[in-house]
Amino acid sequence: MQAFEYSNPASLKEATGLLAASWGEADVLAGGTDLLSLMKESLQTPKRVVNIKSIHELGGISRTAAGLRIGATVTMDELARSAEVRGGYQALADAAAGIPSPQIRHMGTVGGDLCQRPRCWYYRQGFGLLAMKDGKSLVVGGENLYHAIFGGGPAYFVSASSLGPALIALEAKVKLVSAKGSREIPVKDFFVAPRDENTREIALRPDEILTEILVPAAATHSATYEVRQKEALDWPLAAASVAIHMKGPVVGSARIVLGHVAPTPWDATAAGVWLAGKTITVETAEAAGKAAVEGAQPLSHNAYKVTLAKTAVKRALLAAAKVRA
Amino acid sequence: MANTPDYSWPPMEARKVIGQSPKRLDGPAKASGRARYSSDQNPKDLLFAVYLTCPHAHARVTSVDTGAAEKIQGVTAVHVVSPAGTEIQWQGTEVAAVAAVTEEIARDAVRAIRVVYEVLPHLVKEEDVVQAGARAKAAGEVLKGDPDAAFQQAAVVSEGHYGIPVITHCCLETHGQTIQWQGDNVWVWPSTQDVTHYAGQLGQNLKVPAANIKVKMDYIGGGFGSKFSPDGWGETGARLSQKSGGRPVKLFLDRETEQRIAGNRPSAFADIKIGGGKDGTITAWESHSWATGGFTGGGSPPLPYILDDSNHPIPNKRLVHTAVSTNTGPFRAWRAPNNQQAAYLTCSAIEDFAAKAGLDPLEVFKLNLQYAPKVRQELYQYQFDKAAELSDWKNCWKPRGQNGAGPVKRGLGLGFSAWGGGGHTSQCKVTLHADGSVQVDIGTQDLGTGTRTVITQVAAETLGLPMAAIKLAIGSNDLPPDSASGGSTTVGGVSASTRKAAVNALAKLFDAVAPALGASADQLEAADGQIRVKGSPSKSLTWAAACKKIGAAGVISETGANDQRNPQGLISSGTGGVQVADVSVDAETGIVKINRYVAVQDCGLIINPRLAESQVYGAIIMGISTALFERRFMDAATGAMLNADMEFYKLAGIGDIGDIVVHMDIRPENDKRGVIGLGEPPAIAICAAVGNAVANAIGVRVPHIPMTPDHVLDALEGRNA
Repeated sequence: MQAFEYSNPASLKEATGLLAASWGEADVLAGGTDLLSLMKESLQTPKRVVNIKSIHELGGISRTAAGLRIGATVTMDELARSAEVRGGYQALADAAAGIPSPQIRHMGTVGGDLCQRPRCWYYRQGFGLLAMKDGKSLVVGGENLYHAIFGGGPAYFVSASSLGPALIALEAKVKLVSAKGSREIPVKDFFVAPRDENTREIALRPDEILTEILVPAAATHSATYEVRQKEALDWPLAAASVAIHMKGPVVGSARIVLGHVAPTPWDATAAGVWLAGKTITVETAEAAGKAAVEGAQPLSHNAYKVTLAKTAVKRALLAAAKVRA
Repeated sequence: MANTPDYSWPPMEARKVIGQSPKRLDGPAKASGRARYSSDQNPKDLLFAVYLTCPHAHARVTSVDTGAAEKIQGVTAVHVVSPAGTEIQWQGTEVAAVAAVTEEIARDAVRAIRVVYEVLPHLVKEEDVVQAGARAKAAGEVLKGDPDAAFQQAAVVSEGHYGIPVITHCCLETHGQTIQWQGDNVWVWPSTQDVTHYAGQLGQNLKVPAANIKVKMDYIGGGFGSKFSPDGWGETGARLSQKSGGRPVKLFLDRETEQRIAGNRPSAFADIKIGGGKDGTITAWESHSWATGGFTGGGSPPLPYILDDSNHPIPNKRLVHTAVSTNTGPFRAWRAPNNQQAAYLTCSAIEDFAAKAGLDPLEVFKLNLQYAPKVRQELYQYQFDKAAELSDWKNCWKPRGQNGAGPVKRGLGLGFSAWGGGGHTSQCKVTLHADGSVQVDIGTQDLGTGTRTVITQVAAETLGLPMAAIKLAIGSNDLPPDSASGGSTTVGGVSASTRKAAVNALAKLFDAVAPALGASADQLEAADGQIRVKGSPSKSLTWAAACKKIGAAGVISETGANDQRNPQGLISSGTGGVQVADVSVDAETGIVKINRYVAVQDCGLIINPRLAESQVYGAIIMGISTALFERRFMDAATGAMLNADMEFYKLAGIGDIGDIVVHMDIRPENDKRGVIGLGEPPAIAICAAVGNAVANAIGVRVPHIPMTPDHVLDALEGRNA
């Protein structure tokens, strides 16, 4: 591992002062569940590592007038067990609880979940984020079982974020702070499908720290359903988060977001629109699932993921509406 | 002793320790973490060594520049394994190694080595044999009878394609050793399945007399057939130690290299056609199979599995096999080499044939046992019935397509297995001291199978003592020579040698004690901690009092050997097993869950039923992992193994296993055959049974193992080419 400077700031101001304007200078360390392996593999070789776990203001879950504030260093386990979260944001609690590794649930943070790098095996073996060789995508011609079915390239990795789909369905924002100031952006805009090797898959700038997540209060029914083969220590093959505003017995509006199917969480807007005005039944949930995967462009080995995404939407909707299949 | 002593096992009903189920002796040490594995050895002044491996699947080394690495502070030695000119045939091949005072420095130094390669064309995939081109070579053809005519006449003909992939051994303790080469002597703590022969093999490479090499291993973290020799890392570790002034060096592969080069199970693919009568009798078999075990090819499953007795085989058959050479890490024996593949291919094809005929596969398997070896037919009949009973086959098995209206379908499937066993060459020394203490020495190794425990049980049984009275030493080449633990031969070897050594020692003790008991030595017996006159239990001495007769200055020290001569029926070979998988398949996700897994297994005389069951549990857990999750992903373009890790090389966790029901087939007719090994047989049939259960559940064949969502949904949605 390349030698690096380790800093342990006690305040956010101090921490942002330690970051630099370009990637490769400094990396932010929270749970370390991703950064340490990236560094061991020499995929990221920061000159400085800035630990933000000692910064008190980055922790805690609290109810605000507008909804819920979740500090960036809240662990996935804290999130899954929080009464506030479980009280009205079930999709989020489901997503956090679905992480089937106690180690990652206890060390991994919500900020880290959003900022983690893709698990694409070409990327992790040093073939680059877009995995291009001789002008061709290694993913398209190669082993793409776990890759994207949406987006159409040139990035074919899937966003590894567990919380991203739920946060987008719940219309949450993230707060990003640099030494120059702060900005709030919708989580939907936080995820970016890179067009070239030098673009990151998130909108965070190298001099910024993701400090908190703001989830608006809403009388929604929500749920997340993950399709995962193994009971423990496994990534989802596909997932869906749904948030529904009911208008009496029918759906007023619905947001359906897919996970692990595209370089970003995949907002299946059309499926949500289709569901408006309908009651949720096994049939409408199934039809919404079909609508959600319309336009999917599976690769040579991952057509099965279209079925998984469809199923995840159906099951998430039925769970949110508490309809028994 | 003029006559050959009676070494035979005591009759079933007379045994006091054998046949009982004491817990494994090393259980507490392992469960508490006190057990020190070879990778836990940290002798004084230890150095860490790391390999630089080749990133290419096929390349020629043009140059290796270690200058920068050698200059890094803390680096004590650099050794080039593949000098300029070496042609490398698979990714992960060792190119150079560095020893340093810390692991971090060694890793940094490895990154500083500059290697230039001439990259050459590679082939790393074999699923499509046509694409393998010239790398696919004919590897045997068998023709018997007239299969073409037989298929024409057959009332039922089924055809299918089946495949079982390359998987890795994925030992939790990776391959390697801690080793010290100082002056003329070498001390080594390897992770090995063959303590006795390690020194001889390493000595040849190092030009050091085997007598100067001390080998010690108390525990091993998995081998499964992949750890028989010192390998290149034994020699490299030793050379690094020597170059570092004789300091000890720890060289264990990292996970990535372990996955790439330290062993795998060959794949097997086949197009199989079966013809037969309406009653399910098979009359014709045709298979076109191919496989790879790496660059040398390898992997030739015996087809059709079991139903191929030389005296009365399936009357018409055509077998064509092709070996594919790939630029991938070399295969090693994987827990019953070729058998898991053969069982999967054969049992899948038979299940498809039964489904085509509209018959219950249980009946079709039983009917076709007529082609199995005569001596095993009755055993298999019994085991099929027992497995059916334990899985409630009659009530739970439904024909394909009748397994529930909802998305979750239940299915049952069968597999069966055969294995040899026998006993490897083994010597044991039993020493009886005048103070009554007992020492048993044997240069074997305990792979986690319970070898320590069963040796102790045999000695205790023979000497009429409790197990706690036996002091056992294994795991060193200072001890009487044993053999490699492979082929399920260890328990046969060590139980026979221990029995003989203990009987021989006891005979000497009887000689010493007989005058005091006023009887002849052949009238004495050892039981319940006493030496006594048979039929006159009042004429006895306690064990301690008897041993005093040895004389304060003396010891009794006797050896016993298991050799290839028939040791009075102590051991035997040839086991059978039948297994049933009961699964649920979610047809909307393709996820397969094991509800229950039934295994009926014989292994002759069972020394410790608890440990025997434990072996079967372990085999089934490993087998379920292979049936549901494990596969090696090779990238055609780069030649890289993409999942050389434990993230995407998926292994079953305990939540994925379901209920396991083990029935050890302990019956007098099995017991009288003597001890037979069990390491491999129960691991054979799992892919077969699970694959058949999935086909039964969803109504279509999922051709390729593992039973993952992609494979299951591709089959359900008609995406199989």
